[in-house]
Amino acid sequence: MTTPAGLITVDAVTQVFPLDGGGNYVALKGIDLDIAEGEFVSLIGHSGCGKSTLLNLLAGLDQASEGGILMNGRQVTDPGPERMVVFQNYSLLPWLTVRQNIALAVNTVYPQRTIQERREIVEHNIQTVNLTAAASKFPAELSGGMKQRVAIARALAIRPKLLLLDEPFGALDALTRGNLQQQLMQICQESGLTTVMVTHDVDEALLLSDRVVCLSNGPAAGIGHILNVPLPRPRDRLTVMDHPDYYGLRGELIHFLQEQRRLKQFVAINR
Amino acid sequence: MTPTASPGRRSRRRRPLPALPQILPYLLCIGSFLLAWQLLSVALGAARLPGPINVLIDTWDPYISQPFFDDGGTSKGLGWQILISLQRVAVGYGLAAVVGVSIGGLLGLNRFAGKGFDPIVQVLRTVPPLAWFPISLMVFQDANTSAVFVIFITAIWPIIINTAVGIQEIPQDYTNVARVLRLSKRAYITNIVIPATVPYVFTGLRIAVGLAWLAIVAAEMLKADGGIGYFIWDAYNAGGDASSSQIILAIVYVGIVGLLLDRLVAWVGRKVSKGAA
Repeated sequence: MTTPAGLITVDAVTQVFPLDGGGNYVALKGIDLDIAEGEFVSLIGHSGCGKSTLLNLLAGLDQASEGGILMNGRQVTDPGPERMVVFQNYSLLPWLTVRQNIALAVNTVYPQRTIQERREIVEHNIQTVNLTAAASKFPAELSGGMKQRVAIARALAIRPKLLLLDEPFGALDALTRGNLQQQLMQICQESGLTTVMVTHDVDEALLLSDRVVCLSNGPAAGIGHILNVPLPRPRDRLTVMDHPDYYGLRGELIHFLQEQRRLKQFVAINR
Repeated sequence: MTPTASPGRRSRRRRPLPALPQILPYLLCIGSFLLAWQLLSVALGAARLPGPINVLIDTWDPYISQPFFDDGGTSKGLGWQILISLQRVAVGYGLAAVVGVSIGGLLGLNRFAGKGFDPIVQVLRTVPPLAWFPISLMVFQDANTSAVFVIFITAIWPIIINTAVGIQEIPQDYTNVARVLRLSKRAYITNIVIPATVPYVFTGLRIAVGLAWLAIVAAEMLKADGGIGYFIWDAYNAGGDASSSQIILAIVYVGIVGLLLDRLVAWVGRKVSKGAA
């Protein structure tokens, strides 16, 4: 599991949180994972299994209690724009318009570019997610799907090496979700972006990922299973299900999740 | 950037003309309040408690009809008296806003100072405005300066507290964005801290303007030449036939001005805080 060719190496990461009433909560224990350049990896598991904790560690927003995360062989010690996050609740600044939200990121990350170049980057990324008509609106005037597109455009505009998505489509209706998944897939493929996405949607994970990393239940969650998704690309969300392997893969994921749920109930009963 | 979609567009709603059903509740409720007051006045006798009609008759000339007469000295129209009070409030409140936001900003940004000074702020903010008056008279030796100081010291606490809380309560989502983008300290303050805190600051400013107006009237009643509080106390001391009516009229004016001040600060707050509130 330690091929040095990977972009990201998660090396024996354990994350412990102190509890308010004293004592500790072990969220993650002994996580090892390599992520190759251009790979799309999903983290799947039941709520509270530490998916978001692992994502925050990859982003550098938190530091692992033990072990570490390497990017291109260098330890991740703080957050930075080369590991851009699309947060669960979009995290747009409500006092800035769509354009200003994206421009803040672009202006901060590319201070050496000319104003004209930066403006072009902003406009190009607004176009990529089809928000040209809404570019002068404030986040409060947008639907959830549009806000999520702004957050994705903001992330893509600064050309991160690693894109981190925290349940990006969780709060959206099915139709919007499907369209956005398709868009995201195209963008990631065209730009060869390395992506890690937290999700609890099995179909979403299969559609988008090269590998699905299944986390076992917390506390002390670990990697329970890694599923390779060899479905051919480019994929299409309407036809991917027709592939003969699809239901086999899906069954594998569902089986894992159901087993984890049973374990959870078993632990609860025997407590 | 382009003015096609200003935030004001959202708040504009179609509103029909105030037809009778719209104003009926006001007519009915305020009408019965005035009626009850008038009846009470009749029961007690107009000399002890003038009713609304007595107040209008007693004070029409000169206090209602000529708000800006000036007979020299402290004998001025109520418009002048209110302006004198407003001027004192403007100085004291303006100082409190500047100093309060600065101190609150420091206490919010610096956890150590915020924690250390908190007990002082918590104790001093509960001190009633007039308790400051004697000590400020001793320090400043001047009634006008003392009145302004009382406004200042009364109004400053909610401004300090709300500014500091606003900074401490910046949602982690926004600070995470700042951390991931590696915003400089300066960019962080201008792009995130200030806009995120503005609604809190204006909550403080709004509470403060109410307190300031409360305090000025009381301070002027104690010791001042001119001002609406002085007018009330002067009318009481004069003890003439129309005194009670003059006092009641002044109270109504004080209430209306206080309401207008509150709405003004709220309006400015909405204008300034854009989508943040």
